[in-house]
Order: sequence, then structure tokens, then C-alpha cells
Amino acid sequence: MSSALPVTLTVNGETLTRLVEPRETLADFLRRDLGLTGTHAGCEMGVCGACLVMLDGAPVHACLTFAVQADGAEIATVEGLTENGVLADLQHAFHQRNALQCGFCTPGMLVSAQGLLARTALPSRAEIRDALSGNYCRCTGYEAIVDAIETVARRRAAGETAAPFMEEPA
Amino acid sequence: MNAPLGSLDRPNSYIGRSVPRPNAKRLLAGRGRYVTDLVLPRMLHAAFLRSPYAHARIASIDTEAARAMPGVRLVATGADLAGLCTPWTGTLDHFKGMKSAPQLPLPLEEVLWSGQAVVAVVADSRAQAEDAAEAILVEFEELPPVTDIDAARTPGADRAASGIEDNLCFRTRLDTGGLDAIFAGAAHVVEEEFHFGRHTAVTLEPRAILADWDAGEGKLTVHHATQTPYQFQDLYSRHFGIAEASVRVIAPDIGGSFGMKLHVYHEDMAVIGLALMCRRPVKYVADRMESFVSDIHARDHRVRARMAVDAEGTILAMDVDDVTAIGAFSTYPRTSAVEGNQVVRLMGAPYRFRNYRAELSVVFQNKVQTSQYRAVGHPVACAVTERMVDLAAARAGLDPVAMREKNLIPDEAYPCDSPTGYKFEALSHQACLAKLKALIEYDALRAEQAALRARGIHRGIGIASFVEISNPSPAFYGIGGARISAQDGATLSITPSGEVRCLISVTEQGQGTETIIGQIVADQLGVAREKVRVVTGDTETTPHGGATWACRGAGIGGETALQAARRLRDNVLALAAAILQASPGQLDLRDGRIVDAMGGAERISLAEVARIAYFRSDTLPPDTNAQLSITHHYAPQGYPFAFTNGVQGCHVELDTDTGLVKILRHWVVEDCGRIINPLLVDEQVRGGVVQGLGAAFFEECRYDAGGQLTNGSLADYLVPMACEMPDIVVGHVETPTADTVLGAKGCGEAGTAAASAAALNAVNDAMAPLGGRIAQIPMTPARLLKSLGKI
Repeated sequence: MSSALPVTLTVNGETLTRLVEPRETLADFLRRDLGLTGTHAGCEMGVCGACLVMLDGAPVHACLTFAVQADGAEIATVEGLTENGVLADLQHAFHQRNALQCGFCTPGMLVSAQGLLARTALPSRAEIRDALSGNYCRCTGYEAIVDAIETVARRRAAGETAAPFMEEPA
Repeated sequence: MNAPLGSLDRPNSYIGRSVPRPNAKRLLAGRGRYVTDLVLPRMLHAAFLRSPYAHARIASIDTEAARAMPGVRLVATGADLAGLCTPWTGTLDHFKGMKSAPQLPLPLEEVLWSGQAVVAVVADSRAQAEDAAEAILVEFEELPPVTDIDAARTPGADRAASGIEDNLCFRTRLDTGGLDAIFAGAAHVVEEEFHFGRHTAVTLEPRAILADWDAGEGKLTVHHATQTPYQFQDLYSRHFGIAEASVRVIAPDIGGSFGMKLHVYHEDMAVIGLALMCRRPVKYVADRMESFVSDIHARDHRVRARMAVDAEGTILAMDVDDVTAIGAFSTYPRTSAVEGNQVVRLMGAPYRFRNYRAELSVVFQNKVQTSQYRAVGHPVACAVTERMVDLAAARAGLDPVAMREKNLIPDEAYPCDSPTGYKFEALSHQACLAKLKALIEYDALRAEQAALRARGIHRGIGIASFVEISNPSPAFYGIGGARISAQDGATLSITPSGEVRCLISVTEQGQGTETIIGQIVADQLGVAREKVRVVTGDTETTPHGGATWACRGAGIGGETALQAARRLRDNVLALAAAILQASPGQLDLRDGRIVDAMGGAERISLAEVARIAYFRSDTLPPDTNAQLSITHHYAPQGYPFAFTNGVQGCHVELDTDTGLVKILRHWVVEDCGRIINPLLVDEQVRGGVVQGLGAAFFEECRYDAGGQLTNGSLADYLVPMACEMPDIVVGHVETPTADTVLGAKGCGEAGTAAASAAALNAVNDAMAPLGGRIAQIPMTPARLLKSLGKI
């Protein structure tokens, strides 16, 4: 164990400076130091995808990234991506299609889906399944998730915009 | 079939309607509140030193260096905790002759599996606790590990635990008589030896517990990622000597459970003790490596089976020998014998034959404990039965579907019982099979298969019929002495604003319990669904009940909610009648309004009735009984269990060079009785299927001969990924149970029950022309290549 180091980074649009232990992961930093518990730790070895966050616009495993490595980076978590509306159409589609059960994998799934749709506008079902292979889900069997992402891809390609997610009635 | 509860075109008709889950929105926004996320003031963190040996004596423990480490508040051994917690024994009285050694939170003298927690450390942070755990010195003296199920049962074998006289935990025999003669005289006898890989639930949120002891109040509050908060309230109360009413167990959002989180774990009991000792909140979250060596495993079975068939292909008899290995202790309080018991009792359940013999041996060994995991015993019973049916069909020269059409219990033959003693109310195997055959376009698929075989493409089609046991009565645990409730309770209130609160004992792990309870309450009361708030998972606020397991949420929890809502509705209408000087029978409650039953004209709003009852009782006629809260309990009566049924189909393509199998499609037709929410039922089925396909192709806890788990990480233990899974077609037949008004039976385990069986049959079907044959899951590429004689 060595002494804490300062890191300065932007999380969900807010720039902040904190002292962190060199061994602290970005996942622990977000969850413990910042209270952003929407980022989940499922395996802590970069396999399950529950901890995915956006780092400079690309999905990364927060469990494989040390907090000190995020110095100078721009991080977006599910909380921030909800508040700025980036995920609203995906969240809406997931909700309508029941593409989540326990919800533990869901923030990572949403980040992964957002990353996929940024790379590929209209992925095939096989491409969606392939892109989700770093996201384990034990509840749904994946099909509903694939359906929801496919729906959003079509809607985005058609230029549809989504209403803010939390304001819709259930 | 029962009449529908109501048509879906009237207001508040929610039973049978696909509606999304209101409580899913905060999960989507990252606002779930899992135990993993919880932080309490002055909270400490626990970590455990674990045994590196499968079996060893603890010679000494030196904690001095650990106690001096930064942030360390407490280091506790088995002896420290044994004074706080009475031992437990994982047996049930109705399993005659069953035995298991007593268990404590941490061991005193002997460790019984690799990964068993030995010493606990409590520190200011988890990292500090783990640092200190590494500084503990434990001297172990290795003892011979018991790992082989046959060696374990030989006379004079090494024992898996010194506290047991031999390695046989439980044995039972079923015999309808005369089997030897039937087999001797049968036109065909088929045999197989099956091996089922031990696997585990791998909930994405690992086990998590946060215990908080308030010494001033004498109150223990436990935030516990579990399906069954009432069971744990009872256990913590009794084993730690705390009054039941002073123990509160809260199960908030749970990141998956699948049965795994309803067992007593040594670490969890230790954490209660640590919180008592520290007098501060203590939290423990298993990391993934710890999960693999401490979460229950399941389905470690070897089954030898024979089936006798007459010349026309009619099944005459089955004879099975099941040996299952369960670890060194039987789990508590549900035991590790239920799975094997269900294997031998569910065997052959869809079929007409009446002659059956089974022997079950439940064996101790030095591995992680096994116990109930989703579809307990079903996948084993179903895979054995369905593979034997296919083998028998081939011998009798029948197509697999024709074989099943010939041998399934006819839908009109119910009620009936099984040779193993189960009583079936009304099942629909034939209707389900007919529907599956149409969905699959079976004949066309067979024609395509034949055409492709000619081109060297090896596809297989597998069919598997199943029954699923659900809604258990006290015959399951209560009569065995376990304090696990078969009933559920709900407290239902009209709030002062005319909204509805439902506090109910069934729990939510994402399957949609709260959603369907809300649908039922809204439907039966006559209010908009948005007006109903359902609260679950807190022993302090909800009535005591069985909670959610064995698919009892819809069947028992749903009926509880239905009956409660009807009682509350009667109270509302009686009160409204008093206010309106009308007769309750002339009134109805629709969409939050009291209306004339005939004609539907509004008389008074529910909100106004509530306002008067709560704030202006002075204006009510004398002796008006304004009861806008009711508590209602319901326990299943009639049949001891509800059974559901269905059939699955699996279509695969086998690469005979690599042994890789591509799952092309999977179909399920199932009958869960009344469907409350089709959207949720279908997703339960799909999720269940994928867990079954995981077992069929990927998931296995692999041990070496010394009892070491060799693939205990999520990189090494394979769970199904999106790219490996097919789209799954789900169809329904609806045969509501007449035991309840609601008629729901349950759907959570149907997918898992038969998916691996259908896959096993499909792969064997693909290999048949090549002379390959497999009776082991998971069907890994190496095993398939061996079956094909390629390696």
C-alpha cells in the first residue's frame, strides 16, 4: 500500500479532484467515493460488463481501470447518461420490452448498447448479440435486450427522439 | 378450463395483460438499491481467510500480526463465534435416516472444503480487512479428501467430516414392485449412464449482507440479499437468541437469486456474530472468486437408468439409480437431499407407465455444499427421462414425437397420480406437444435435416416434455420441521387519498412479483394500477410468509393478494353503502369510483370515502365499521403441490470437426395456468431456458482429484453469452388450477427444467447417423469429439 495520490477528472459533467489510493479501481472510486452506485461490480476481472462506464466517450471496464488512470479523463456513468438524456430511448425500449429483470447487469448493458449504436447505426441481430458478449445477464436470456436495442437502432436511424425517461408514467 | 376472471376490455382489467414493471425504471436509471450499494454510518467491512485444502485439521491459528494491521477492528475465529451462535444441522424429519454434522459459522477444528471460511477479519475498509486476512497464520494438517462418489460409499472409506459415521447423508428407495419380471419380458430395454456437471447460479450480484446490532434497543437489523427474509428472521432470532420481533431482515433490490440466496451461509452467520461483537454495522460482499467456492452448487448427479418398452413402443417401466454428491454438510434449513428426492420422484412424470423403481444415494464429499437452485432436480429427471424416451423410440422404430404422442398421459386422463406418489390435478402434455409440433413445423424441419445431412451438415432436433412442481404446501418443509412457511400474507390499505398500499410477503428479484401483485390488487379492487403501491422484502412492515421460491409468487402470493383485495373491496363497498344509505350489493368499485352496479353511474369516489373514513368519522352513521386496512393470509389447500407442464424443442447444428454446437433455435410451449402478465411470463421462460442451455453446453464446476475447484472465476467458468444463445419461441396452453380463484401456477422454472434435456436430445439426434452418443452435460466440444471417436 502506498500513499494516496490526487486525481482530477470529469464525472458526469462535473470536474473534481480527489485523493485516491493507487490500488483503488475506478469502479470502487465511483461507487464508494462518489456514491455513484449505478456502476456495478460483478466479477472485478473485466468479464461480466456490469461495471462498464463511458471513458472519453467509449465503454470501458471500471473494474479494470485504476482511478489514477482516469486522471484527466471524462467519465460518464449511468446516472449522468440518464440525467443528460443520452440513454432515454434505450431505457424506454428496455422498459417496454422487459429487457431487464434483476437490473444488476442493466447499466453496463445500456453503456454497451450506446457504444454499439455509436459505432454501427443499424446492427443486425447477430451483430448486437456479438457486441453484447462482454455483458453477462443471468436473468433475461438476452433476447429481450437484443429486441430493445434493435428497436432503438431503427428509431434512431429514422431520426426519432425520445422523451426524458423518468418523466413517463409507468 | 376455468372461465376467464374477466374480460380485458373493462377498466382495471389487468389480469392477463402485458404491462411493464413500474419498479424497473429506477433500475434502468442506475438507481437500484442493492445490499452491495448500502452504506451505514460507522459501517465496517468483513473479509475471510479461507481454507486452501479440501480437508484438513486446523492445528493452530495465529492472528497476532493481523490484529496489528491498519484499520483492523476485530479478528474472530470459530471459537469466538461459537459462543454467540448455536449450531445448525441440515436435516429434515421426513427424510428418514438423514444425517449431517452440526455446523457453526466458522470451523473449530476441521475444514471440509477448499474455500471454506476459517477466520474473519473486520476492518474499516474491505481492502484493509483483506490485507489483514493475508497476515493470519493458520497451520493446517491435511486429511484425505473424499471426492469420488463410489469410493466414498465403500465400507471403511475415509470420511468427509469427522462428525459423521459414514459418507451416506440420505438414501431412499421407491419401488412399485415386479420390475425385474417386467424388464425380463420386455421387447426392448434401453440403458444409459448419465453424468451431470456440478454447476452454480452465478447471480450477477454476489451474496451480500449488512448486519447492524443496536445494543441499546436490543435490535438486530440485517440488510440481506435474499429471497426469504422471514426464514432468516427466524434463524437469526433462534440461533443468536434475539427475540423474533427484535430481528428485522430487509431484502432490498436483489441482483439475481435463482434459489441460491435462500440458504444459510457460514459467512452470513459469522457476519451477524461480528456485528454483535463490534456493536457496529458490519458488511460482507462475496467477491466473485469467493462466490465460486462458497455459493451453493447444484446438480452433481450420476444416474444409471433403464427403460422397458413393448414391441409397439409403449413404455412399460423405468428403473433408475441416482447418486448425488453434496459436499461435506447438508445445507440448512432446506437440506441438500431435496434435489435428489425430486430427481427420483419427477422421473417419468409426463408418461403413462406405472412401473417404477428408483434408488437415491446422497453422498458427502469434500467440496462446496450443493442445494436448491432454480428448477431443483427437474433438469436431471427430465434429461434422463427424455433421453431414455428417445433411445426407446429409436429401438422401437418410432419418431420421437410419435413416441411421445403414444406415451404421454392423455390430457383427459387427469386428475391422476404418478408412480412416485405425486398427485396431478390437470396437465396438458398432449395439447402442448401438438402446439410445439406446429410451431416447429416439425415435418418440414425433419425433411430439411435429411436434405442437409446429405450435404454433410449435421443438425439435430430434440424434444423434451416436462412437469414442474410448484406452489408447495407444508408437505414440502413444514412437516419436516423446518420453519419455512407455505402460506403468504398481505396487508392491504386504502390510504387517506384513496390510493392503495399492499404490503405482501412474496418478494421481488426482478421476475416481476410486485408488478403482478399490483395488477391483481388493482384488478380485483377496481382501481387504476398506478394507484397501487406494492411493498415487499421487509419483515418489519410485511406479514410473515414463505416469500418467493418454487414458483410460489404468482400462485400463492397472487391468490393471497386476490383474496385480500376482495375482502378490502367488500369493506369499501360496505362503508360506501353506509355513507350513501345504499345496499352494498347495489354498488361496485370501478376505476377508483363507487358506482351503481347496474348502469355504472358514479355515486362517490374512493378518495372521498377514504377522506370521510379517516378525517370525518363523526359524519358516519353510528356503529359504522370503517375498516380500510385488512390483513389476509392464504395457504394452499387441496393438492399438496400445483404442477405445471410443457414441452421444449431444440434445434442445433454440430460441427463434427470442432465439436462446437450452434444452437439455431429453441421453442417452449408451457402451461403455467392463469397467465397474469404474458410479457413477464415469456421473459421468465426465456431466462430459464438460457440457464438450462448453460448447463447443457458450458457450465461446470470442475474439480481435480484433490478436491480443488480448477475453474473458479468468471473467466474460467463459462456462462452463456448473448452471441451463443438463440432466439427462443414461447407458446402457451392455459389450464388454470381449480384450487384457487386466480388459477395461476408458476412459470419461473419451466425454462430451466427441460432446456438441457431438449439440447441433449438434439445433439444426440445430430450425432446419430455418425454413431456418436453422449449422456453427459455440459456437452463440451472435447466430449462431443470423443463421442464421435475423433479424439
